[in-house]
Amino acid sequence: MFAKGTKRKFSDPGEEPALGAELGPVVRPLSSTYSLQRQSLLDMSLIKLQLCHMLVEPNLCRSVLIANTVRQIQEEMTQDGTWQIMTQALAAAQCPADRLVATEVLCRPSEALAAAQSPKPLPAGPEEEEEEEEEEVVVAAAMEEDVDSEANPLSSSSFLPAPFGAEPGWEDEEDDSEDEDSEECPSDAEDVPDSRRGDQVFGTFEIKHPAPPPDPALEELFSDVDPSYYDLDTVLTGMQSTPKMGPYDLLDSLSPHAAPALSTGTSCRSDLNELDHIMEIIVGS
Amino acid sequence: MDQDMCSLFCFSADIISTVEFNYSGELLATGDKGGRVVIFQHEQESKNRPHLRGEYNVYSTFQSHEPEFDYLKSLEIEEKINKIRWLPQQNAAHFLLSTNDKTIKLWKISERDKRAEGYNLKDEDGRLLDPFRITSLRVPVLLPMDLMVEASPRRIFANAHTYHINSISVNSDHETYLSADDLRINLWHLEITDRSFNIVDIKPANMEELTEVITAAECHPHQCNVFVYSSSKGTIRLCDMRAAALCDRHSKFFEEPEDPSSRSFFSEIISSISDVKFSHSGRYMMTRDYLSVKVWDLNMENRPVETYQVHEYLRSKLCSLYENDCIFDKFECCWNGSDSAIMTGSYNNFFRMFDRNTRRDITLEASRESSKPRATLKPRKVSTGGKRKKDEISVDSLDFNKKILHTAWHPKDNVIAVAATNNLYIFQDKIN
Repeated sequence: MFAKGTKRKFSDPGEEPALGAELGPVVRPLSSTYSLQRQSLLDMSLIKLQLCHMLVEPNLCRSVLIANTVRQIQEEMTQDGTWQIMTQALAAAQCPADRLVATEVLCRPSEALAAAQSPKPLPAGPEEEEEEEEEEVVVAAAMEEDVDSEANPLSSSSFLPAPFGAEPGWEDEEDDSEDEDSEECPSDAEDVPDSRRGDQVFGTFEIKHPAPPPDPALEELFSDVDPSYYDLDTVLTGMQSTPKMGPYDLLDSLSPHAAPALSTGTSCRSDLNELDHIMEIIVGS
Repeated sequence: MDQDMCSLFCFSADIISTVEFNYSGELLATGDKGGRVVIFQHEQESKNRPHLRGEYNVYSTFQSHEPEFDYLKSLEIEEKINKIRWLPQQNAAHFLLSTNDKTIKLWKISERDKRAEGYNLKDEDGRLLDPFRITSLRVPVLLPMDLMVEASPRRIFANAHTYHINSISVNSDHETYLSADDLRINLWHLEITDRSFNIVDIKPANMEELTEVITAAECHPHQCNVFVYSSSKGTIRLCDMRAAALCDRHSKFFEEPEDPSSRSFFSEIISSISDVKFSHSGRYMMTRDYLSVKVWDLNMENRPVETYQVHEYLRSKLCSLYENDCIFDKFECCWNGSDSAIMTGSYNNFFRMFDRNTRRDITLEASRESSKPRATLKPRKVSTGGKRKKDEISVDSLDFNKKILHTAWHPKDNVIAVAATNNLYIFQDKIN
């Protein structure tokens, strides 16, 4: 019944509870296993939100509970500073791409920083340990996926120059190939142990903040997902809304720090996302 | 709780989605995924077998709800019966409310065991006779006939819920009832179908801010102004309809503080309350969340007075249960007639009963193999440790597709109805 997975081992027992408190709220020593677990939980949750059956109205209670779980993970990642690392990594990774997106990124960093530093009530150290020991059963499928994609970390692209002011048209085939190239070429700088785990882990981190460019790993993950269901509002009300957002714009709508730019960019994005969807079908699967 | 339960009846149908005894316990109604309602009636004890209570036999079957299509949203509306609630009996006929996701119907179930014969204006086949041919008049007589049970829809309460109805509850005034969906609760009068009063509305202005939904609601058994509703965040709000027309502000707020040592990403999900039931006395209420059942004293809001672990061994499996969606299963719970025991379902066709006085609990299985008719049920045990004893079942062997979500307890006797997917089991204790 249950997938047989490896039992999680807590890798840094010495750095936990009391120390965690001393180090301050933001810096919390995290084992990479925990991060991967959390990552897979996040991915699983997002898939669940997007795969609601459209034939019958989706179960609102279930959707709300999953959305809250995603929020929780997002908040914890923001608190850990890993969210910020990922944001920066992906901001840099958004190459020749999207003027709209780039503009947003320009406006974002201070916001993201502020969000990351705002004190959030965190469960104290001991709970994390408990939490890990509880979740012994690893979701094998999601883990495998993460392990596979981790072999080609996106984080290598964090060393690309920030390409602000580039041309729009982020669904271009050019874009896809560029991203793929950057993904495939192994970066020596990325060959680091857990001290750089933030980047390593978030090499596979597909969730973006703000809106993502077409991301091959992302597309692979979502190649069979109905893209008309990206809007959280759609998810919650079960109605198909016309502006189709990118897959992870879901997180934007969830995040309390979501920029208001979301609404202004939506009308432009609807057309872009149509194209994106078509591109996904052609290129993704 | 020391009484041995023996199985009495087993019945196959579509997936059963609700089970409910009426006020006397004489009738047992089930609703299924196909929109059908099947009512069983308790037959009197037979003289041949005085040591057993009577059996339940099919009394009436009717199609309550049909599948519909919402053209505006391009979505199907399931015909699955979410809840059935009986009305107190006031005359020879029986009335019940049945609801699917959107529409509530009031059904009248009446018996006909006589028919009239000897009409003047029509012949035995029902054809109209030519009045000029009639030479004499006679008075029709009532003759006995085979019992026929008819169900007819008397009221249809529609178009009042945007979201999915999860609960209906008849008020103690026997005139009104409430219906609750994910975000709103409406109050109806049984006679009036074209309007209802909205008494709770938790829909936020911006749906993206939605973080909590209503999961269950019930009227107080004696105080017709009081009702409770539970939420997906593990809270219960008690509201007094005398305080205001819109009961968005609660009179009492029940929430158990979270245990920080057991916090995980799944904490909120497993705290979501799937069912809330007042005790018959009206002094307590019981809530069911994913892993436990809690009994609350209405006079104490900060924590429950009793907590019973249903299947604590699942706590370490929450990630898998989240993946396969089992963590969202909504289990119901029920009181026995004297409020001394409570019952709820689990997986692998197991159901659990807890005696509140002796604090003893028992796990039983509802399956054809383990419950031959008239046989005594054997208590079951799930092994949580490494060593599995004989007759124990390990957690990994549990069948999570066999879930018992719906159970009902006879209001007076020790008779229980357990719905295991598409089978209905009725168990009773042996009279010694």
